[in-house]
Amino acid sequence: MLKKLLSLPIKHRLLILAGVAPLALLLAFAPFVFEVLEQPFYLRVASRILVFALAASSLNLVLGFGGMVSLGHAAFVGIGSYVVAILAWHASNEVPLSLGPFVIAGTTDGLVAWPVAILAAMLSACIIGAISLRTSGLYFIMITLAFAQMIYYYAVSLQQYGGDDGMRMRGRSILPGLDLSNRTTFYYFALASLALCLIFLFCLARSRFGLVISGIRQNETRMRALGIEPYPYQLTCFTISGAIAGFAGVLMVNLDSFVSPADLSMARSSELIAMILIGGVGSLWGPLLGAGFYILGQLGLGTLTTYWPLFFGPALIVIVLFARRGLVGLFVPGRS
Amino acid sequence: MLPILLEQTLNGLQLGVTLFLLASGLTLVLGIMRLVNLAHGSLYMVGAYVAFTVQPATGSFLLALFAAVIATAILGAVLERFLFEKLYSRGYLEQVIVSFGLIMFLDELVRVVWGPLPLPAAIPDMFEWSIELLPGLLYPSYRLVIIAAGLVVSILLYFLVTHTKLGMMVRAGASDRRMISALGINIRDLYTAVFAGGAALAALAGTMAGPIYSVQIGMGEAILVQSLITIVIGGIGSIRGTAIAAVLVGITDTLGRVFLPPGISQIAIYVFMTIVLVWRPRGLVPAHA
Repeated sequence: MLKKLLSLPIKHRLLILAGVAPLALLLAFAPFVFEVLEQPFYLRVASRILVFALAASSLNLVLGFGGMVSLGHAAFVGIGSYVVAILAWHASNEVPLSLGPFVIAGTTDGLVAWPVAILAAMLSACIIGAISLRTSGLYFIMITLAFAQMIYYYAVSLQQYGGDDGMRMRGRSILPGLDLSNRTTFYYFALASLALCLIFLFCLARSRFGLVISGIRQNETRMRALGIEPYPYQLTCFTISGAIAGFAGVLMVNLDSFVSPADLSMARSSELIAMILIGGVGSLWGPLLGAGFYILGQLGLGTLTTYWPLFFGPALIVIVLFARRGLVGLFVPGRS
Repeated sequence: MLPILLEQTLNGLQLGVTLFLLASGLTLVLGIMRLVNLAHGSLYMVGAYVAFTVQPATGSFLLALFAAVIATAILGAVLERFLFEKLYSRGYLEQVIVSFGLIMFLDELVRVVWGPLPLPAAIPDMFEWSIELLPGLLYPSYRLVIIAAGLVVSILLYFLVTHTKLGMMVRAGASDRRMISALGINIRDLYTAVFAGGAALAALAGTMAGPIYSVQIGMGEAILVQSLITIVIGGIGSIRGTAIAAVLVGITDTLGRVFLPPGISQIAIYVFMTIVLVWRPRGLVPAHA
């Protein structure tokens, strides 16, 4: 990225610096700023933006980078959230959880619950991807939506875990050496997670695997002619994305102490897509900018008027119609 | 057992024709304009709200139906000209988000105009009686009227698409839109007409189904997903496939809710769609593309 940055004209370099530097400073010092301003609520909002940015980044991997338009990604986020919440529920009620022949104890230990949650999301993504990737284009959009709806209705039917109303989680997951119930600690944890995820995606994009995925997006026929079968690459990409989405879900349920079927609805999947589109499809920073714009925009309009969707909906439409490359497009010059 | 089966099959058929009215507009717009309009369900909602505002005011169900169809067709034409037309050259991604923004806007608009509570929607007086189909099985006549009306509209639509000049242009548009515009057909007006027609059918579905389901905010979203499933199973762009799929989805969903355990019952149609797509990735009746 540095090489690419240095090869750009000085004007563009300054533009990017002008955009990224304040953002990075703001993110690093947000807790202090809000502490000084005595606005702890906004720290929560900032954490929310980071967690949504993580979820949107996972979707961006398949959608922006791999060219697979999935309309059901909230399901993987939701699976991550539900697994953590359900394990915590069994721990606090001291009821063992029976899964067919296996009976396991609930847990609030992050070192146990989180890998299980991520694994569950990853496995679901692998199975759903294996079936969905047999189709393409519009049919792919619809089949991912259909699977997400199945999981949504399954969550609604879980009466034991609140059904339609969702379930609360008493207290956050316990990690050794980290007190996640402290909001500043949680914020930095979310920030570090997002940073690691972005670094991972950055490296992935430049690896051989990333080049193949990008090639499939640009011209599938040509990749086939080069002797590369797209399916296993796409499925791997989809599965990795599911795992990251599951991790975002883990953080989300810890942030809100609550999860409900609405968290895996089609509306939530659309929100994630909207964040990516607002920020810039396929760009590393796009999901973060998009999530920030989306959440702050909703919040800002919400304080002005109770009828905020009346303005937010058209605003989304205008952004999609006129800002073709999203917010990132304002800072970074056109791709060659 | 038999009376329940008959009753629920008829209910399924009634859901099926409602789905067909929605899905036929959706599949034509998708097949011809390559446009994913997730806000199609909102047109269904707007139609129902207009109808059940006019009905109490005038006391006439037919007048209400007429007003709903005309108003929604106009709304559809306006949306097509000023919004969706700009999206034909864009990807599905942008279309999904624009329609998501539109759903947000229309839902809130309905909340502002009509309030957050469901709108009372009564079955028209002339159909407030039941027929004894089998000994002990009373079936509401209104549902039979929906089935009959749906079938009539379906047959008319089928005739329109397969046997008229307009239908020929529409089908030609679905196969090769550049070619028909090269043949001197005003593709812009044709698109607007198809979109307005789809909106009118959505309003018709919303009005007829209003007294059975509920006229409320968000009513469009649930049925939209079912209609999307219908067109995918049928094969996008195919009216015949959509008709077959609508009946299959309607009956599967309704019987599933009665005979399958909760949790699985709502999932039945999604499983059905997955099986169809694994077996035939382009739907039951693939349209020539």
